[in-house]
Amino acid sequence: MTTPLLEVRNLRTHFFTKAGVVKAVDGVDFQISPGETLGIVGESGSGKSITAMSILGLIPSPPGKIVDGEILFKGENLLHKKEKEMRKIRGKEIAMVFQDPMTSLNPVFTVEKQMVETIMTHESLTKKQARARAVELLQLVGIPDPSQRLRTYPHEFSGGMRQRVMIAMAISCNPSLLIADEPTTALDVTIQAQILELFKQMQKELNMATIMITHDLGVVAEVCDEVMVMYAGKPAEFTNAKEIFTNGKHPYTTGLLHSIPKITPEKQKLKAIAGQPPDLRHLPQGCSFAPRCSKAMERCLTVDPEMRQVGENHQVRCLLYEDEASKKAVTT
Amino acid sequence: MKTLLEVHDLKMHFPLKSEKWFSKEKPVLKAVDGVSFSVRKGETLGLVGESGCGKSTTGRAILKLLESTAGQIIFKGEDITHYKGEKLRKLRRQMQLIFQDPYASLNPRKTIASIITEPMKIFGIPKEERRKKLDQLLDVVGLNASHKQRYPHEFSGGQRQRIGIARSLALEPELVICDEPVSALDVSIQAQVINLMEDLQQEFDLTYIFIAHDLSVVHHISDRVAVMYLGELVEIGEANEVYQQPQHPYTQALLSAVPEATPDREKERILLKGDLPSPQNPPAGCKFHTRCPLAEEICRVKKPELKRVSEDGQMAACHFAKEVVAAAPV
Repeated sequence: MTTPLLEVRNLRTHFFTKAGVVKAVDGVDFQISPGETLGIVGESGSGKSITAMSILGLIPSPPGKIVDGEILFKGENLLHKKEKEMRKIRGKEIAMVFQDPMTSLNPVFTVEKQMVETIMTHESLTKKQARARAVELLQLVGIPDPSQRLRTYPHEFSGGMRQRVMIAMAISCNPSLLIADEPTTALDVTIQAQILELFKQMQKELNMATIMITHDLGVVAEVCDEVMVMYAGKPAEFTNAKEIFTNGKHPYTTGLLHSIPKITPEKQKLKAIAGQPPDLRHLPQGCSFAPRCSKAMERCLTVDPEMRQVGENHQVRCLLYEDEASKKAVTT
Repeated sequence: MKTLLEVHDLKMHFPLKSEKWFSKEKPVLKAVDGVSFSVRKGETLGLVGESGCGKSTTGRAILKLLESTAGQIIFKGEDITHYKGEKLRKLRRQMQLIFQDPYASLNPRKTIASIITEPMKIFGIPKEERRKKLDQLLDVVGLNASHKQRYPHEFSGGQRQRIGIARSLALEPELVICDEPVSALDVSIQAQVINLMEDLQQEFDLTYIFIAHDLSVVHHISDRVAVMYLGELVEIGEANEVYQQPQHPYTQALLSAVPEATPDREKERILLKGDLPSPQNPPAGCKFHTRCPLAEEICRVKKPELKRVSEDGQMAACHFAKEVVAAAPV
């Protein structure tokens, strides 16, 4: 077995606010190998972005604090690194692409200035070499006439082009891990298709591991190898991207899949998940999905289930799959 | 089925600032440029397209929130294009709008009760009746009657959208224009709101114009679908027909671009080159020719007209779509 590039163990990130403790991430485990793409899926407030920010050491503190867990990157615990050391890792070893390309680029500097700065911070190149590298990168992400476009400002690019610039900057120092937080959510469908295609091509060419954070299961089907579904700060299910669609086990996963309208000639009424996502300050006792779950049992309201192995590379946090006995009880 | 609304050659141009001083030429942005369609009573017409294609502007022009540059809007057989003042006010009672952003479209300083009853107050419905109607509305959209005196910030996104829907139904409109009503919501909540809108349509015999960019949502809710590109209609027809046999290359590309939540995708993806051209300076001829995989010389020169491409009345605006002559009415 290959050693994982990144291993997150029992990560807990809590926010201590006046209104109470918000357990934004509460016990997340996963690992990712080089060249692999992991999708983290969930609705707003499920903790998917906070998981990414925790890995990068970008949790604002106070009020946030990583209260427990380990983040092992190439065998070293990132939580023990000093800010100065983290700065060397961020951008070079682990890069990030954000949702909104307009707010993550600086509007008052040219693209050239921003790209050259990133490259020179992390690599010992001259300005000229860094510029040549920037041109090369823009070409790689499919921006026509790159040496001209380098001299322009972010506002002169369209949304899709800006996202390409962001991706070019992210991969400029050959990171071994790329974290993409909703990279296509702000884009139109035809542009989204272009960017997803670019991600697939990057993975093939650069062999980097990618964490793709998204709320769109369609995006997962397109680009991910493995997927973790999160609900209220905890993973609900972890398996490979094929299995989740054909053999999704957690009632939340199947509920999500049923909530998406499918383009088929015969129309059926959508099976929506009832209720609202829980308030993270006052999580229900027991399974946090139980109040909305159609298959909830008496025990779900009191017992918080553990992650269980239910198949090869398939884990579910649900009492339905706890043991054979409860399985039978469901079928009868 | 009776036709409720007809739009003929609707144009909505916005004047822009001239780039040169003292120039006589006044540049205009043609947000909507010659759109015609009709909506039948009780149906849902989906309006899709990418950002900047003019779908929202079309909706606003129909509601007469914008004064259209040219064209005709006929509602229930009456030409309402130039309605003003009291006549327009009365008309508005029959047409309502549901907004995209449930956070921005509710006044944060008003209670739910006063938000929902305000339209009725404006139209002089007596207090007793307003109160009765309020309880009824809260009930149909699935909100608790005890929430009446709360403020919008106390509700989640999905609940706020329900409040917005209740408000738009307060005056018992016939036509509801829904401008991206579910795109700001999470997937599980989105399904709840879509189901609610379908139930309400049945119950109150509503006609929807459903504007959205999410193609699977539009397919799910619509009877007919119109596809827009740069201010023009490129294809319109029965939802299943448009989705199963799209005739316009833009519709084909758009549909193939939708990421589907299935592990084995069969569809071949058509990747469009480049970005959407600026509506300020759209390409000549067919506006889609700069990104079209089929484009030939004729597309650069001649603008294609919407023509009938199926027996059932599907229409597409493309030089290469096969025209089907309508069968003579029996």
